[in-house]
Amino acid sequence: MTFAGWLTIFLFVAILTAIALPFGRYMAAVYTGERTILDPLFRGPERILYKVLRVDPHKEQDWKAYAKSLIIFSLAGWLLLYLILRTQTLWNFTGLNPQHFHSGTWDVTFNTTSSFLTNTNWQYYGGETTMSYFSQMAGLTVQNWLSAGIGIVVAVALVRGIISRSGSSLGNFWQDLIRTILYVLGPLAVVYALVLVFQGSIQNFSHYLSFNGVTGLANQIGMGPVASQEAIKMLGTNGGGFFNTNSAHPFENPTAFTNFIEMLSVLLIPAALVFMYGRMSGNRRQGYAIYSTMMIMFLGAVIVAYIAEAHGSPAQHAAGLHTHVFAGSTGGNLEGKEQRFGIAGSALFNVVTTVTSCGAVNSSIESFTGIGGAVPFANLSASEVIFGGVGSGLYSILLYVLLAVFIGGLMVGRTPEYLGKKIEGREIKLVVLGLLITPLTALFSTALATASSAGRASISAAATGPQGFSETFYAYLSQANNNGSAFAGYTGYIQPNAGNLGAHGVKLADILGGFTMMFARYAPILFALAVAGELVGKRVSPAGLGTMRTDNPTFVVLLIGVIVLVGALTFFPALLLGPIVQGLTGHLY
Amino acid sequence: MKKDVTTSAIGIVVLTLLLGILYPLFITGVSQVASPGNATGQKVYVGGKLVGSKIIGQQFAVQVVKHGKPQVDKNGNPVTTPDPRYFQTRPSATVPPDNAAATTFSNLGPNNVATEQAIASNIQAYLALEQPYDRGLTKAQVPVDAADSSASGIDPDISVANAQIQAHRIAAVRRLSLARVDSLVAQYTHGRGLGFSGEPGVNVLELNLALDRLTGGH
Repeated sequence: MTFAGWLTIFLFVAILTAIALPFGRYMAAVYTGERTILDPLFRGPERILYKVLRVDPHKEQDWKAYAKSLIIFSLAGWLLLYLILRTQTLWNFTGLNPQHFHSGTWDVTFNTTSSFLTNTNWQYYGGETTMSYFSQMAGLTVQNWLSAGIGIVVAVALVRGIISRSGSSLGNFWQDLIRTILYVLGPLAVVYALVLVFQGSIQNFSHYLSFNGVTGLANQIGMGPVASQEAIKMLGTNGGGFFNTNSAHPFENPTAFTNFIEMLSVLLIPAALVFMYGRMSGNRRQGYAIYSTMMIMFLGAVIVAYIAEAHGSPAQHAAGLHTHVFAGSTGGNLEGKEQRFGIAGSALFNVVTTVTSCGAVNSSIESFTGIGGAVPFANLSASEVIFGGVGSGLYSILLYVLLAVFIGGLMVGRTPEYLGKKIEGREIKLVVLGLLITPLTALFSTALATASSAGRASISAAATGPQGFSETFYAYLSQANNNGSAFAGYTGYIQPNAGNLGAHGVKLADILGGFTMMFARYAPILFALAVAGELVGKRVSPAGLGTMRTDNPTFVVLLIGVIVLVGALTFFPALLLGPIVQGLTGHLY
Repeated sequence: MKKDVTTSAIGIVVLTLLLGILYPLFITGVSQVASPGNATGQKVYVGGKLVGSKIIGQQFAVQVVKHGKPQVDKNGNPVTTPDPRYFQTRPSATVPPDNAAATTFSNLGPNNVATEQAIASNIQAYLALEQPYDRGLTKAQVPVDAADSSASGIDPDISVANAQIQAHRIAAVRRLSLARVDSLVAQYTHGRGLGFSGEPGVNVLELNLALDRLTGGH
């Protein structure tokens, strides 16, 4: 561990909070229809889009109408993306397939399509060996935007349900989505993509570079429109890399400076949404309480991961490698990590992208130490509530807040109330169902994949002993949480040569994974919207002496307790079998 | 229902045009004008010939020739040996090493025998290359970046400690003073991002090309 490492972590938290606060204020203005500074720029395009899409932005939707629009639009997106990926060669006339890649097989395309629709961006394919530039842009980049937008609008709808004083309206899905794209994601993505280029990311449509290197060996370098996809990939907590090695690739993440910005960009919107919620609820302290909850758990994860990675792995020590820091050497477990990021920059990136649903990686999670690798497991086990995905983080933690309010109410023997609204049996049933779907899906899929030989076919040859179970468990935990990071030795696509020709999918992994992602994405969304629908019409009673406060440290402790309890009780047995065994033994398998 | 279907169908097409075509084209246009060097991959030319990208690691090795025949492995990739005149990049898990058209992690687990073997063989190869020129070099001094494979498989950097060890070999092979090589290493060392983020590193391609300029490739 180094001073610079700890300083990075400290400054990261400070800068994040400093920029998320004003951005949360801005987002609150966007979703309450107040004037924003970008109105002069985007009012026109906004109106044109309403007209072209035949949307009446003033038409209020109840939760069922809101959900129906969301589901039908997602279905349309799924079909178009699947079509684009399966007809990759058909688009060669655009000149955006310079390497002449064939189309992917149906099984891996099913997985990929479901993955990008659900903001997961789990990737069994390697970008630079399978995807044309056209597929990356018109197919994958588009869903990077839209899946992020959908996550955000669901959170906004739930917030409206909680704070609304009357009626049944949650707003208008189309208006929310379009405003999210234009006012929130759009300006950030454009500026950010250009910053990435200025720092060294590439943005072109060239053939791959072929040349003889300095010593005369043949070399080939993948090209493409990388920066535009990278920007929205991080901002929207998507995480699907343009290249196979994701944000470790120098073209996606050229310097330690871009690494820092990329980490900030992942947490910016999830953090700002929390502050937005505080503002919209009329009591900013509600937002601060949730932010503190998230930040405490986040810091815990970062500290453990950094210390663990700085200590090195049993395999390094057995090979006789010394892993202490000395002048000019980072020390620690640098297997699967880049020199320019070092240990702290890799550990922090890893925690940032696994507490959210981002799933981008700048280092190989599979090569993290047992305890270092247990951190992403634990982050995923908390069901995406430590900041979480854009939108999904806020709506998930709000469900946890309701559960904590309910449990707290029972403990003190009063009718549970949240922001003046009574929380009753019906809401709590929906909340619990919404919260349990993700863990249950993860465990069910892991069990199926571990118990069947068709599932075990995906485990990499080098992953002997507990590592094989870790790979499998992580795969389904990540997909169920719509995260997308991987113990990347786990295979769902066998490709003898670049370009999809002669390749075939590992069917169980592809199909089970695809369904896991979709079920664990859309079912919680529907429950969150249903909870919003229940709450929206409830009368608000004034706070009295007996009202349990939800904006003080006591509640923060209660909320952390509930999250940890649910996560730990659900996942602890499975975690013991994989990463914890490895972290405790130091034994080689 | 019907209205949702119409809006969805139009919406997905319009948004695909806006976000999937217009947005990347706009970014491409601006970058090609404002920062063409970066946007096209920071290409490096020597004598008018493309020899690499500044930020992509490459192998500084030569193909092994036996009985006048260049050797290839069973996959048709050249069998190579490090070129002692050049600084060497980090171990890479791609096939062949430093393949920037098919990047991959090693995905070697922390407690696996395969990992121990891979690291041990990297250490051995490193010592075999460097010890003849740096007699005092021991296993304990091998920096982690020289033994652990990188994430991208095309890491352009090595650590300063790694470069300083290799400097002994470079100085001997190129008949330069160690101080001269060390000062060149210092010249091509970049600091942490913003002064605190990440780790200092030495860009291997730039350093090697500077050496070639200094000694005319010998």
